[in-house]
Amino acid sequence: MAVDLSPIDESLLATIANIHGMPKGAFNIRRDGQLVERHNSAYIEISTKTDNPGIDIKVKPGTKGESVFIPVIVTQSGLKDVVYNTFYIGDDCDIEIIAGCGIHNSSHAASEHDGIHSFHIGKNCRIKYIEKHYGEGEGTGERILNPTTNVYMDEDSFCEMEMIQLRGVTSTVRETNATIGARSKLVLTERLLTHDQQTAESNVVIELEGEDSSVQIISRSVAQDDSVQIFNPLVVGKAACRGHVQCDAIIMGNARVKSIPGIEAVSPDAILMHEAAIGKIAGEQITKLMTLGLSEEEAEQEILDDFLS
Amino acid sequence: MLELKNIVFEVPVKEGSSEMKRIIDDLTLTIPDDTFTVITGPNGGGKSTLAKLIMGIEQVTSGQIILDGQDITGLSITERANCGIGYGFQQPARFKGMKVKKLLEIAAGKKLPMLSCNEYLSKVGLCSADWLTREVDKNLSGGEVKRIEIATMLARDPKLAIYDEPEAGIDLWSFDRLTETFRSIHDAGNGRSIIIISHQERLIRLADNIVLLQNGKVEEMGSPEDIMPKLGLARRMASGCSLTEPTRLHITEIPTTC
Repeated sequence: MAVDLSPIDESLLATIANIHGMPKGAFNIRRDGQLVERHNSAYIEISTKTDNPGIDIKVKPGTKGESVFIPVIVTQSGLKDVVYNTFYIGDDCDIEIIAGCGIHNSSHAASEHDGIHSFHIGKNCRIKYIEKHYGEGEGTGERILNPTTNVYMDEDSFCEMEMIQLRGVTSTVRETNATIGARSKLVLTERLLTHDQQTAESNVVIELEGEDSSVQIISRSVAQDDSVQIFNPLVVGKAACRGHVQCDAIIMGNARVKSIPGIEAVSPDAILMHEAAIGKIAGEQITKLMTLGLSEEEAEQEILDDFLS
Repeated sequence: MLELKNIVFEVPVKEGSSEMKRIIDDLTLTIPDDTFTVITGPNGGGKSTLAKLIMGIEQVTSGQIILDGQDITGLSITERANCGIGYGFQQPARFKGMKVKKLLEIAAGKKLPMLSCNEYLSKVGLCSADWLTREVDKNLSGGEVKRIEIATMLARDPKLAIYDEPEAGIDLWSFDRLTETFRSIHDAGNGRSIIIISHQERLIRLADNIVLLQNGKVEEMGSPEDIMPKLGLARRMASGCSLTEPTRLHITEIPTTC
């Protein structure tokens, strides 16, 4: 491998995509707005977009058991990187997609990455998408991540999306939109941790268009210190469909969390539910773990780790 | 050996009030090693409070708690746990996202092979291996979470185990299994002591030592033979009052082979 990755690059890649060295199969690694390395497989072809910065990922129908890695790292201070990644997934595919962005900002200027991901998912597919966001660096420069995710699911497909923001992201505005076809199901899990003065906003609109389509939105978040989080998920039921929204937040210090789960029934046959809860860690939970030999701090950390697991 | 010396625990009558109410009143009690002690008595007599004082969940107003010669009165819950005290809660906490296996591992203080986890769970009547990956959250019933609590104690294997009403919320069949488990811990004779807070006659009969706690004081203490007649259980049975023994119905057949 001729590509020169610094220890910081490698550590970011390990954190966001669990990559150690170059991954197997199809991948595209982007650093500071530039392509570092790309690899296609027999069934997955990645090509540079001609209109916008970014890539098209074409997955041939019937592709099974393959993984695609498309991590992005930003180590340059003052850089704003905007990238469009579009997936075209053929019918009958069963694949895993690992994305994510890690920012290492050691200076005072802001580093920003805005990833616009679109997924066109064919019929009868099973897709797992994992996206991790993470920021680090000793500088005072902001680390900003504003991802947009658009999902278009055809019929009879299943898609599981896990979107995780680990520590260190100064500000984020997440936009997630999906339309779900007949008998397809989307499970969207969002896990978020903010601390210090960080802000996070997540807007989700899921349109259940096909008969017997369904969605499950699970949001688990921890807001520490003086951070602020806003959740605004909306499920629109346009057919005989099922939707469930669940937002759970643990609040600590002087943090604020606003949770506005929404459901909108356009069809009288839509079955939609939402629930939201915000609260601090219960004293009885800490006490219980202390009786098992954990210190108060260890107990708190354990509770947070499990909540976000 | 656990020694409680002149334990007093007082709380304000009302929040902010300087007038104090005495919950535990100058209580002195010794629990030798290798014994099974049941603390019983009327509601509000101070049983759960006494258990919490031993674990350090509440702090004594005055008096001393000595474990194996070490004064642990000023120690935190964590420190007491590390001295070998374990506590089974009457209403155990639930944890979103925590798997049963993880909880058992925290209790044991080490990674556990699946087989050991399944053994602990089967001792409390949770036989399916699926239990290990289930979360200890609100989706579990009261009885299930209670049984997991007891399995956690088995995994922890403390030198001194305190159970606050372990039978509460547990069905009759699991209760049978539970009494067997308590009996086998006791019969192992490896220096482990058990203190159970209970009103259950069958648990009381298992005990080496019964402590009748009333108004924060030890009212009576002794072997089941000595104390049982004084608890009024026999008298109640003799009266034949059907309302004091609620009928327990088994609607479905419960397997007994796991």
